[in-house]
Amino acid sequence: MEILVCIKRVPDTSENEIEVKSDGTDIERDDLVYSVNEWDNYAVEEAIQIRDRVGGSITVVTVGDEEAEEVLRREMAMGADNGILLYDEAFEGSDGKGIATILKAVVEKGNYDLILTGAQADDGAGQVGGMLAAMLDWPYASLVNKLEILDDKKIKVGREIEGGNQEMNEVDLPCVLSIQTGINEPRYVGIRGIRKVASLEIPVNGAGDLGISPESVGESGAKVKRLDYFIPDLGEGAEILEGSTEEILDKLVELLKSKGGIK
Amino acid sequence: MAQQIFAYIVYKDGTADDTALEMITAAGKIDPDASVTAVVFGTGANLDGVCNEVAASYAEVWKIDNEAFAYPNAEVIRGGLVNIIPRGCIVLVSHDTFGMDLAPGLSIKLDSAFVADAVDFEGLEDGKLKTVRQEYSGMASTHVLCNVADGAVINIRPGAFQAEESKGINGQVIDKSAEATGDLPGGARRFLEIVEAEVGDVDIKKSEILISVGRGIEDEDNMEIIHDLAEATGGDVSCSRPIVDAKWLEKSRQVGTSGQTVKPQVYMALGISGSFQHVGGIKGSPFIVAINKNPKAPIFQIADVGVVTDIIEFVPELTEKINEMKG
Repeated sequence: MEILVCIKRVPDTSENEIEVKSDGTDIERDDLVYSVNEWDNYAVEEAIQIRDRVGGSITVVTVGDEEAEEVLRREMAMGADNGILLYDEAFEGSDGKGIATILKAVVEKGNYDLILTGAQADDGAGQVGGMLAAMLDWPYASLVNKLEILDDKKIKVGREIEGGNQEMNEVDLPCVLSIQTGINEPRYVGIRGIRKVASLEIPVNGAGDLGISPESVGESGAKVKRLDYFIPDLGEGAEILEGSTEEILDKLVELLKSKGGIK
Repeated sequence: MAQQIFAYIVYKDGTADDTALEMITAAGKIDPDASVTAVVFGTGANLDGVCNEVAASYAEVWKIDNEAFAYPNAEVIRGGLVNIIPRGCIVLVSHDTFGMDLAPGLSIKLDSAFVADAVDFEGLEDGKLKTVRQEYSGMASTHVLCNVADGAVINIRPGAFQAEESKGINGQVIDKSAEATGDLPGGARRFLEIVEAEVGDVDIKKSEILISVGRGIEDEDNMEIIHDLAEATGGDVSCSRPIVDAKWLEKSRQVGTSGQTVKPQVYMALGISGSFQHVGGIKGSPFIVAINKNPKAPIFQIADVGVVTDIIEFVPELTEKINEMKG
């Protein structure tokens, strides 16, 4: 099974408070800790488990700048066989469709049976996998939380749907799946693992290498453009309890008692 | 010219989802003069019932009746939509597990723009629609400008738009089955069955007090402090998604759209950031207490009372205080 996993380098929201710059042009990026998009780790882990069962190889790919190489290397340390960095100034400002267009070109250069993405990333859109599948005319299933290889032509997938229920589908290969967290337990990657893959070559492909016309992607090809970031005016929100810990505890216990929060 | 907008109607057990009425409001925010048509896929009596239900609020309802749509397989329905939606229109879809499956690919097949998870609209000018979205789990909002000149597929966040009161109009139901079902693709993904969620030892849907824990608990060893607080308050332990992913609690304890919908009197959100998927599972306007060390956590926007602190230190003190009080 030849598997391609599409990953993204994102600010780690569990490590950072996201602040909007005062002019609204961006978020404050100076002290941000970046990591692999959480969902993508589950996708790579699933790919590794499939390869270890049925054989084949795994390629991780990302659209980004030079710094995005670190996330490819991390996933290679985890167990992916190859990495490809897609970097070109023409790619900057791409919308979801632009990213899918770039990835489609990579897919067509390879011979993949299965493409995995995370169910969503930092922008919460969850759009690239479904777009890529539609462009390739391959079947797609989103929010996959169970995956079973039936034979070399088809797989069985569970989709996480409302109410904790699971929708089971049979899907023909090749196909594109977006992977939901919780499908597996992604393995730990230590410093030693990263060191082992430090010298592996990661090819960089630009628009020319991929045969993509620069106008179809990036800012020029984008129908959806971000104008600014802002902190919405959300009205009052919660009454924040302040004072010493003792004062806060007293107030909170009183409130809980009066609202039926202590039996 | 007034914008033509289609609203894809999701329904369950013969009743339209709340988003059916929310999308009327959303469409009005895109263009107050828009002509808005509901589109309903399915088969048989269930479908007829839903069409009649939404015809009380939509002047025009397109009914697409075929055995192939008995279960809403997004891959098959996408083919049906591509057959009937005129190019250049806006299609609204609920940003739920079905809409996320359907909409991105639909936008490609309609050769239109796509915006996911829209929470508000701020006007349509020169074929460009100003839309509000959130990023970073709700910690930052953005305006995005979407070129809708060639049409757009837009996913609407459930609950973000006030539902339009049912107008009691007598909309026209138009049967579009024949046009929709010619040459349907989607055979490469076949629906098999629904596996129902497992029922856990405690049914949190019935709990009056929920002590709910999220990522802020950091380590499985710390879970003890949550169980201790639940015991002191007489509440039950529930959680957000990362706790289930880490397998520290069973899936049946998860609150949210992909877990349980709960309606307690008091809901304590401990170390929970408050994604819309999580908050979507809290109904019945409980008294919400949020404790989180990040003052920007979206949970503080919906909570009644908040404490900005680390739960790992604070929760044991709270438990002790309650136990002291109880004697």
